[in-house]
Amino acid sequence: MKLDARVPAGPIAEKWDRHKFDMKLVNPANKRKYTVIVVGTGLAGASAAASLGELGYNVLNFCIQDSPRRAHSIAAQGGINAAKNYQNDGDSVYRLFYDTVKGGDYRSREANVYRLAQLSVNIIDQCVAQGVPFAREYGGLLDNRSFGGAQVSRTFYARGQTGQQLLIGAYQSLMRQAHAKAVKLFARREMLDLVVVDGKARGIIVRNLVTGELERYVGDAVILATGGYGTVYYLSTNAINSNVTASWRAHKRGAFFANPCFTQIHPTCIPVSGDHQSKLTLMSERLRNDGRVWVPKTKGDKRSPELIPEEERDYYLERKYPSFGNLVPRDVASRNAKQAADEGRGVGESGLAVYLDFKDAITRLGPEVIKEKYGNLFQMYNKITDEDPYKVPMRIYPAIHYTMGGLWVDYNLMSTVPGLHVLGEANFSDHGANRLGASALMQGLADGYFVIPYTIGDYLANNPVPKITTDHDAFKEAAQNAQNQINKLLTVKGNRGIRDIHRELGRIMWDDVGMARTDASLKRALQAIPKLREEFWHNVSVPGSADNLNQSLEYAGRVADYLEFAELLTRDALDRKESAGGHFREESQTPDGEAMRDDDNYSYVAAWEFKGVGATPELHKEPLEFHEVHPSQRSYK
Amino acid sequence: MRLNLKIWRQAGPTAPGRLEDYTADSVSPDMSFLEMLDVVNEGLIVKGKDAIAFDSDCREGICGTCSLVIDGVAHGPDRGTTVCQLHMRRFKDGETVTIEPWRAKAFPVVKDLVVDRSAFDRIIAAGGFVSINAGGAQDANNILIPKDVCDAAMDSAACIGCGACVAACKNASAHLFMSAKISHLSLLPQGQQERYTRVTAMIDQADSEGFGSCSNEGECEAVCPKEIPISNIARMTREYVMARLSK
Repeated sequence: MKLDARVPAGPIAEKWDRHKFDMKLVNPANKRKYTVIVVGTGLAGASAAASLGELGYNVLNFCIQDSPRRAHSIAAQGGINAAKNYQNDGDSVYRLFYDTVKGGDYRSREANVYRLAQLSVNIIDQCVAQGVPFAREYGGLLDNRSFGGAQVSRTFYARGQTGQQLLIGAYQSLMRQAHAKAVKLFARREMLDLVVVDGKARGIIVRNLVTGELERYVGDAVILATGGYGTVYYLSTNAINSNVTASWRAHKRGAFFANPCFTQIHPTCIPVSGDHQSKLTLMSERLRNDGRVWVPKTKGDKRSPELIPEEERDYYLERKYPSFGNLVPRDVASRNAKQAADEGRGVGESGLAVYLDFKDAITRLGPEVIKEKYGNLFQMYNKITDEDPYKVPMRIYPAIHYTMGGLWVDYNLMSTVPGLHVLGEANFSDHGANRLGASALMQGLADGYFVIPYTIGDYLANNPVPKITTDHDAFKEAAQNAQNQINKLLTVKGNRGIRDIHRELGRIMWDDVGMARTDASLKRALQAIPKLREEFWHNVSVPGSADNLNQSLEYAGRVADYLEFAELLTRDALDRKESAGGHFREESQTPDGEAMRDDDNYSYVAAWEFKGVGATPELHKEPLEFHEVHPSQRSYK
Repeated sequence: MRLNLKIWRQAGPTAPGRLEDYTADSVSPDMSFLEMLDVVNEGLIVKGKDAIAFDSDCREGICGTCSLVIDGVAHGPDRGTTVCQLHMRRFKDGETVTIEPWRAKAFPVVKDLVVDRSAFDRIIAAGGFVSINAGGAQDANNILIPKDVCDAAMDSAACIGCGACVAACKNASAHLFMSAKISHLSLLPQGQQERYTRVTAMIDQADSEGFGSCSNEGECEAVCPKEIPISNIARMTREYVMARLSK
């Protein structure tokens, strides 16, 4: 199968406008005859479901949470980028496009990124009109802050809760459509299979998490907006129920999975305190504006930080990157922390942490100023660790935060299964090998409010499908498939906890497929993962039954999928012998230890086709062409 | 640390429930309260016993999913903190801790500590929005909003919809939840057009869901993890009176 990205012709700045005109429309009276299934209610899912409802489509919207308002987009802190140029500092659509392609280390599709930058300005207008209380200046205009990877101030924010406010805005629009009966909402439902009829996505099988029943839903098209797969690492900043199941099951039905090895690690998280830990908490990157990162110069120096004199400290970021210092991008900061820990210079009980020290800033600016700037973060740190960062340096360590890879989509956000569209973090399209801060919210909302409402109409108008019911054989087969997996999970009756196996998978992934990957470590993981999968299916204990709320059963199903998906992620990492963005292959670095791309051999999207559990998937390549932004080596020295 | 736990177990919405005894061994002070429960559950799971059902998701205090009453207090003993951010160093070795679900007629128990809060969604659906479709918005800076007004709207918009206010109220009133949304939108220029229809529709919906009235005791404010003050309720009442008078 040849991958066709369906990028419209013409100059980059005109592609989307031309495409909008060229696309077919569904006339208003006919829209209600079409049913669109939307899975997920985060920024992408809620905005898509609400917008399609507004247009008049018949929308069925599903989420695993008890309310659509709780999707994990809610936890995003920092902000959302938009090329408004309200600050008069030289921003433009072209500059946001340029920064995003460069920040993604030249592994994204130019046309998609340009459209994202164009739509960014509409998102802010839309959200303000909904009543999103973005921060403002005294004159009443919107305020902006600057963020990593950009030299302009283009980030809009609502205190440290931007994701929450944007999601609540989308959720309110969604509930308005639910009230108008344009959208039918199904909470506490988990998608367990995609139903494909005559080669087209026509429905889904979901488990009603309260009654345990398997339910079937039919539609004319399916949209997945089910988020990323960070919890394959067990510990991450993702919510504990975030999972890859919907994407993975769609992958098994023919949707190609693109660039799964592009995972993002955030440098400033609170370190792990013990085996009991269920998730990691992110501290805003802003802290690196005033905090200085250091470790002891001597290996195994276990003295408490105040006893280590200045000359025995290594402020390694300032030493190695004199011009960016503590403000180097996420991947660089993360890798250097790991390097320090690997050298035995990590701090804290586990040795898996580095110091982020505010002593100089407090002396320079006074504790009051620091409190005003970072009070809530210091308080959060204190709550979790019981240490006072005004007195002792914070301990931080990198953690998995976001996944750039996802289901492959074309310019219309359609996967390789006709009719199956994928939005937000669940698709692979816009961030290349590394996402810039404040760009995830932008992408989720651009996809949902402004892209899919156009492209889904084009698909529906061009692809009339016969009327079918959920009694169709394909539905029966898919429901049986889901039922079989549930039965299998409940009959193992082994003696190992689900969490224990997930934790072990996480350790394999973090140690061997984490921040720094080598040929040997990846091959080691490819040995270990199938073994652990075997162990799972022979020795996992899933108590309870399938006919009521059974959180153990839900969790076991998600871990089972991760045990298959982890292998694909690792295989992709092994195949990509270059370093790019969040993917660092130790074999591919510059003499001074920076990530080195190999544009001659790897300037492509790796899209994998499922060939069976444990079987080698088939690699399809979408070559990446850069007509506007010319690939160069990133340097932050 | 070792703790004695008394945990509410209930098989389903109509089944009778009761408090059952459990022990949590080797509890580390660095654990969060929910991680302590994870460990108890892991112990049950390897023995093939049904795990204790409880809701949680982000575990950083923003999604509003977690919902436990600890020793009679919604979200437990720390002020301005969701239960997922409560840490075990707050408890003493040998202590007995009682864990129950939110209790309110409008929040029926689904299983054990999990309740159904969809009534909150229906209240928002009744009017907690600005009626604007995607695509029709003017430039975001066309309407100026004074910083203090915007900040006040943000204070109210910080509500996470967890329902602790209802759980703490002896009348199981949803007034703090509703008033936070009504304040958020009625403070902003964008919310003016539907100001009065919104407040009546939301209050009518809450009444039909079986939430009680407000008797001004402030229990809701005391347990709110986002410390949303009851002055919001005063604003909502004023809006409601204005709405009635303007009819």
